[in-house]
Amino acid sequence: MRWLVALLFMTLPAFSETVVLGLSQNKIAITTSFDGSEILVFGAVKRETTIPDGPPLEVIVTVAGPSEPVSVRRKDRRFGIWVNTDAVEVDRAPSFYAVAASGALNEVLNEVEDLRYKISIPHAIRSVGAPMSIIDAASFTEALIRIRSKENLYQLMENHIAVDDQTLFRGRIELPAALTEGDYETRIFLTRNGKVISSYETSIDVRKVGLERWLFSLSREQPFLYGLMSLAIAIAAGWAASAAFSLLRN
Amino acid sequence: MAAWHLISSPSKDYWGGMQIFLPIAEVSVNAFLLLGLGGMVGILSGMFGVGGGFLMTPLLFFIGIPPAVAVATEANQIVASSFSGVLAHFRRKTVDLKMGFVLLIGGLIGAALGVMLFNYLKSQGQVDLLVKLCYVVFLGVIGSLMFIESLNALRKTAKGGSLPTRRKHGLIHKLPFKMRFRVSGLYISVIPPLLVGLSVGVLAAIMGVGGGFIMVPAMIYLLGMPTKVVIGTSLFQIIFVTGFTTMLHATTNYTVDVVLAVLLLIGGVIGAQIGTRIGVKLKAEQLRILLAFMVLLVCGKLAFDLLMTPAEMFSVGAVEGH
Repeated sequence: MRWLVALLFMTLPAFSETVVLGLSQNKIAITTSFDGSEILVFGAVKRETTIPDGPPLEVIVTVAGPSEPVSVRRKDRRFGIWVNTDAVEVDRAPSFYAVAASGALNEVLNEVEDLRYKISIPHAIRSVGAPMSIIDAASFTEALIRIRSKENLYQLMENHIAVDDQTLFRGRIELPAALTEGDYETRIFLTRNGKVISSYETSIDVRKVGLERWLFSLSREQPFLYGLMSLAIAIAAGWAASAAFSLLRN
Repeated sequence: MAAWHLISSPSKDYWGGMQIFLPIAEVSVNAFLLLGLGGMVGILSGMFGVGGGFLMTPLLFFIGIPPAVAVATEANQIVASSFSGVLAHFRRKTVDLKMGFVLLIGGLIGAALGVMLFNYLKSQGQVDLLVKLCYVVFLGVIGSLMFIESLNALRKTAKGGSLPTRRKHGLIHKLPFKMRFRVSGLYISVIPPLLVGLSVGVLAAIMGVGGGFIMVPAMIYLLGMPTKVVIGTSLFQIIFVTGFTTMLHATTNYTVDVVLAVLLLIGGVIGAQIGTRIGVKLKAEQLRILLAFMVLLVCGKLAFDLLMTPAEMFSVGAVEGH
C-alpha cells in the first residue's frame, strides 16, 4: 500500500499536461420560471512540452448534485395488490449525476481508475449493507440508476465532448428542471490510455432565488408562520371569490 | 491561455413563459395546466356541491406532484373553496353551528390521528398504498351507493311518486350524552356526530380531501339532519379540519406548496361559479348519477393501477430522519 502512495506522489506531477480552470459563470439561479438549464463546457489543455506520442488525449467531465441517502423499495404482490415490500438503503446517491466523455467511457477510462475516482454512474453511488434477507441487492442499485436515468437525473453521455488537436475541447450538460439546491461538484479528467493524467475540481452553485428562496426558507425555518400564511391566503382568496360573485349576482 | 467557461443558459425557451417552478414540490409544471385543472375540478365542485379534493388529489399524482405535497397542498386549497362556500350558507342561515362544533371536535382529533398515521406509514414506505387504498374503498362504496340511490330516485320520479324522507330510529337514539341541536331540529347523543367528525378528520389528513362526500351522506342518513343545513354545516367543519391539517403538514412534513395552492385556487374559484350555473340547469338526480359515474371512474382507475403488474417494480424514496 505504501509503495502505491509513493508511486502516486512520484508519478502525478511528472505528467506535463494539466487542466487549469476559470469559470465565467458558476451559479445557477432557480427562479419561478426555472425550467432546467444547460451548461456549456469549454476548455483547453496546458502543456509545457509537445503533444506526446501514443493514444490520444481524452476528456471526461462529471457534474454531481448533493448526495443523500435514499431508500429503494421493491413491490411485490400481496393479497392481489402490489405493495412495497423489500427496501434497500443506498448510503450515498447524488441527486443529479452526469458523465460526459470524449469517447466510449470504458475505452477512455480503465476500471481501476474508475474505481479510484468514482467516475461512472455505478461507482458514484455508494451502497453498503443491504439487509440479509435480500439476496439480489445489486438489482436495487440498478433500479435506482434506471429510475433516475429515465428522469434525466443520471446521464451517461459518451462521445459527447469534442476534442480538437488534443488541446481544445467543449461539451454540454443539460440540467433538468427538477433540481435539488446545493453545490454541484464539477470534475474534469484528462486521460491517456485509460489512465487519469490530470484532474480539476470546481463547483457550480445551484440556488433558489427571489420568491422561491423566500418561500422555501420560510417553510423550513418558520413552518408555523408559513402554515398560517398559506391559510391566510386561502381564506382571503375564498372571501374575495365570495364577495366578487355576490357583486356579480347583484 | 487556459480558458474554461461554464455557461449556464436557460433551455426550452418555448415553454419558458408558462412553466413555473414550485418551491416546495421542487418540480416545474405548466402554470396553465394547473389553472385548467383547478378550473375543471372547480366546475365539477360547483355543479355537484362537493369540494373536489377527491378528484384533484389523484390528478395531482398523475401530473407528477409528489403524493405528500399533493395531499398537504390540496388541504390548503380546500380551506379556500370551503370558506367561499360557507359564507353563502351563513347569509342563508343554513349552518348548524352547534352541530358544526361537535363535528369539529371529532374532526380535529381525527386529523391529528390521521397525520400521525400518515407520517408513520411514510417512514415505512407505504403511504402511497394507504392513500390509494383509501380512495378505492371510499370512492367505490360511496359511488355505488349514490348510483343505486339515484337510479331508484329516477325510477320513482318517472312514475310520478315523491322521494321518501327517511329518519333512522334505533341504536342512535339509545346512546347517552344527548344534546339539543335547534337549527337541525334534533335531540341526539353527541357520540355519533363525534365519530362522524373523527372519521372524516382521519380521511382529510390521509387523502387530502375535505371529506364532504362522506360527511354529507353520513349527516343525512346517520344523524338524520335536514338536507338544507347539511352542506353549510359540513363546509363549516371542513374549513377548520383542513386548516388544522394544513398546519400539521406544514409543520411536520414541510409539504404545503403555497404556489401550487394559489394556482389551483384561481382556477377553482372561477370554475366553481361556472359549475354552479351549469348545475342549476340540470336535475338533482341527473347530477347525482353523473357524480356517481365520476366517483366510480376515479375509483376504477386507481384500483386498476393497484391490481395491474407495474412496469417499474422499484421506487426511490427519501430515507426518514435525514
